[in-house]
Amino acid sequence: MTFELPDFSLAAAELWLLTLGCALLMLAVFVSAQRHTLLYGLSQFTLAGALGWVWWSAPESRSLTFNHHYVADDLATLLKSAVLLLTAVSLIYTRSYLERRPHLPRAEFYVLILFAVLGMFIMISAHSLLTLYLGLELLALCLYALVALNREHPPALEAAMKFFVLGALASGLLLYGMSIVYGLTGTLELHTLAAHLSDPASLPDPGSLTHLAWGFALTFLLVGLAFKLGAVPFHAWVPDVYEGAMTPVTLFIGSVSKLAALALVLRLLIEGLGALAVDWQGMLMILAVLSLTLGNLAAIAQHNLKRMLAYSTIAHIGFVTLALFAATPAGYHAALFYILVYALTAAGAFGVLLALSGEHEAQTLDDLQGLNHHHPWLAFLMLVLMASMAGLPPLLGFYAKLIVLQALLDQGHLALALYAVIFSVIGAFYYLRVIKRMYFDTPTHAATPRPARDLTLALSLNGLLLIALGLLPGLLLALTHAVF
Amino acid sequence: MTLELAVFYGFAAVLVLASLLMITVRNPVHAALSLVAAFFAAAVLWVLLEAEFLGIVLVLVYVGAVMVLFLFVVMTLDLNVSQLREGFVRYLPIGGLVALVMGAGMIWVLTRETVFERTTPLRAGADYNNTLAIGQVLYTEYVYPFEIAAVILLVAVIAAITLTLDPRRRRTSKSIDPAEAVKVRAKDRIKMVDLRQK
Repeated sequence: MTFELPDFSLAAAELWLLTLGCALLMLAVFVSAQRHTLLYGLSQFTLAGALGWVWWSAPESRSLTFNHHYVADDLATLLKSAVLLLTAVSLIYTRSYLERRPHLPRAEFYVLILFAVLGMFIMISAHSLLTLYLGLELLALCLYALVALNREHPPALEAAMKFFVLGALASGLLLYGMSIVYGLTGTLELHTLAAHLSDPASLPDPGSLTHLAWGFALTFLLVGLAFKLGAVPFHAWVPDVYEGAMTPVTLFIGSVSKLAALALVLRLLIEGLGALAVDWQGMLMILAVLSLTLGNLAAIAQHNLKRMLAYSTIAHIGFVTLALFAATPAGYHAALFYILVYALTAAGAFGVLLALSGEHEAQTLDDLQGLNHHHPWLAFLMLVLMASMAGLPPLLGFYAKLIVLQALLDQGHLALALYAVIFSVIGAFYYLRVIKRMYFDTPTHAATPRPARDLTLALSLNGLLLIALGLLPGLLLALTHAVF
Repeated sequence: MTLELAVFYGFAAVLVLASLLMITVRNPVHAALSLVAAFFAAAVLWVLLEAEFLGIVLVLVYVGAVMVLFLFVVMTLDLNVSQLREGFVRYLPIGGLVALVMGAGMIWVLTRETVFERTTPLRAGADYNNTLAIGQVLYTEYVYPFEIAAVILLVAVIAAITLTLDPRRRRTSKSIDPAEAVKVRAKDRIKMVDLRQK
């Protein structure tokens, strides 16, 4: 047994988040919850500090520490920065919402968000099956509590219960798959696992017993991952959770946590089990095709906007799994690019809902009706966001879809690419319906009060970024290309 | 049949039986007790596999602490047993069908291969101490996952308190203010009713 002192500086951001999270927890004991600005300011300070640590500690090359349980590489730096920026933006969107609702436990909201970010960091930097699982559990536990936070609202409790039971089941399946992998290889570390599989002698022969055992392991792992991603047929919790949770929590689950979910898939399937791509490709294809179909068709029937966005998430996850299915570096790059774009767009869409939420929580299509009359700028931003989700050309969403399709066509999957395009066109219907309701229908509600200035500013940046990056996609592509 | 094999089959049977009872008995207290029995039988199997430390920890932590606490909770809750069982018959056909399909699928896949390799784990010597072995790696090689587990427990505590504590009332209904309690009078607690009228 060898033990070397871990290089703590690589994990500086995690240590900072943990310390400041605990400090915020202690502060909340002594400070009245009415001093919202202090709690909010400290949370934002923590996130900004963590961003500084992430960049300061980013190593020149891929480095491992904590006895190979922790990895710091370009993928980790990119995803962690994205998580921090999007979380900070979500908190800006959320501030006035929480201020209007004094009955919600504010301090706990911020503490749980910070710990959820810590959980995502652990997942993103995980280099063993054990840390992947523990990071996932930390994140999931925070999310269950966040969904249930609005205790007076029965749908929130129902959603939390469903989320918790199904999430626990998914964790169990994932863990079972991991235990079989451990039994087959005798290692928890991802690079030892990959090395074990890259040796042609240890690759299971088709039809052999080991191959059968690998089949079991991959099936359990894939089912667990599909639950966490929300891919059909393991999507049942997604619409209920999106609708039941309060909008700030939906925003967090719908945008930021998807980045961590992709990190989980990239680390586990590609970094660890990449050599078995032939075996998991087929399963991913089924998940992708079903998600594209059900997500796009079910979203048409939704009147509740949060529910509609939930089904649209499922459809977008279909696109991401399709990119992963290609099982080439171009495909992984497309998946990463797509999820970053999706997270940015989803954050903006829920941000508009938060901007329109006064005492009443804006969440149906009726709340957006005739928005152009009351808040033309917000209506324009929502137009940009919806058009980007639908994948209309000058916007970033179009480019994300394009490189996924390119990765598919490079591998000769013409039929799948066509299928994805057809369902994107069907999906465009419900995004365009939102635009139609905003611009061409007369408002039935009185105008909601003007949103706070910082919220409008952040939302404008969010929307304009989609246009700017859509025109110059090279800026974001350069960042994601450095990873693969 | 060796003694070890007899012990294995005995406790394996107890484990399967107790697990079945746990999900089928009507009374939740009985279900919790069956789970205790299942944990205990599992602990014996672990000891047979030479994981003595884990077996003892399972009994001490799960049976001794977690399940006893759970039993207290179940006993103090006023559960309507008949209501809990309502869904059972209704969901039995579909649940049974799913279980049957999955079971058949697994049997089909597993029995295509006729012979299974069976290996016996190497026996460690009498001087082998697996408590020491776990202790040696837990705080060195696995210190990072260990600390994450600690953070998860912290978050569980935060979540549980957040979801049960009512922030608007400083004192919840579950605590007593002693100053208020000593000031109580008989008339606050007893209401005299004259039963002769009507």
